[in-house]
Amino acid sequence: MGAVIVITSGKGGVGKTTTTANLGVGLAMLGEKVVLIDADIGLRNLDVVMGLENRIVYDLVDVVEGNCRPKQALIRDKRYDTLFLLPAAQTRDKNAVTPEQMKKLCAELKEEYDFVLVDCPAGIEQGFRNAIAGADRALIVTTPEVSAVRDADRIIGLLEAADLGDPKLIINRLRPDMVKRGDMMDIEDILEILAIDLIGVIPDDEKIIISTNRGEPVVANDNGSLSGQAYRNIVRRVRGENVPFLQLYKNSSIFSRLKKIMGLSG
Amino acid sequence: MNLRALLNALAGKQDSKDIAKERLRLVLVHDRASVSPEFMEQIKEEIIKVISKYMEIDTANTVINLHKSEGTAVLEANLAIKAIRRPG
Repeated sequence: MGAVIVITSGKGGVGKTTTTANLGVGLAMLGEKVVLIDADIGLRNLDVVMGLENRIVYDLVDVVEGNCRPKQALIRDKRYDTLFLLPAAQTRDKNAVTPEQMKKLCAELKEEYDFVLVDCPAGIEQGFRNAIAGADRALIVTTPEVSAVRDADRIIGLLEAADLGDPKLIINRLRPDMVKRGDMMDIEDILEILAIDLIGVIPDDEKIIISTNRGEPVVANDNGSLSGQAYRNIVRRVRGENVPFLQLYKNSSIFSRLKKIMGLSG
Repeated sequence: MNLRALLNALAGKQDSKDIAKERLRLVLVHDRASVSPEFMEQIKEEIIKVISKYMEIDTANTVINLHKSEGTAVLEANLAIKAIRRPG
């Protein structure tokens, strides 16, 4: 039986949808059977990020209302034939789905697929409740900004209250140059504040925007991009592998600098 | 502390990331405490329980709140004491 993983953040615009798309493609690249559910009803976006917007016939609301079978609504990816998308409805609102319906759907899908990734809408209302209802695990996406980290903290509390403890953190859009200057919170700062486990750090990278323009998630591009590598690493960690973290910047303590000056460090 | 932080400290400057971290820390103290009223109520009950070992507390006149004061969060407890127990 597979696992249902919700990708959430609280704040909008931090990269939930991009992350969902990249993890989905990355898992499918390793041969896993994957379904991506866009739970952002009324504001669907995962379809365009995946480049599948022209193939939608049925959507999530059609499935839960019984207008079609789940299989009929699933859109097969262009490149990876073990990857499927269940798109959100665009013309309905979040109340068109209940947490119970989501729970049932997720339970059904994980019978047949290895991973069911749920792209959660921003906010903490009904859409969030729906998205987490059927989840076994949660990934929280944040950026190194006060607003995003604050909202992530709130989400961690809500997930705990919903018995989704031990969420893993993805820090997105980190800028090593700004961290070096002391103008961006670093990984340790954020982990100290949120006190949860890290599962990956994605550097800010224009290749993500370029690949989203084309509707081809960056994880599949073998163009040597650091963001693609970072996503591939997260994919392997999601599967339970122990993968070392990319070193995006150096922690230069006075001690290590002195050692360098004195020629002691290797 | 790294070299940059040391130089900043000497120059009396602060990295903007440290300002961000401090502000976040404070705002989260407040967020976490205010999100659930039960949380503060629980703290109040436990404080009364501990203090009651030594003093008789007028629980009706006991107030606990959290506020910011000069860059730190402060937990303020005002406990009305009815009587103090005789030390053994």
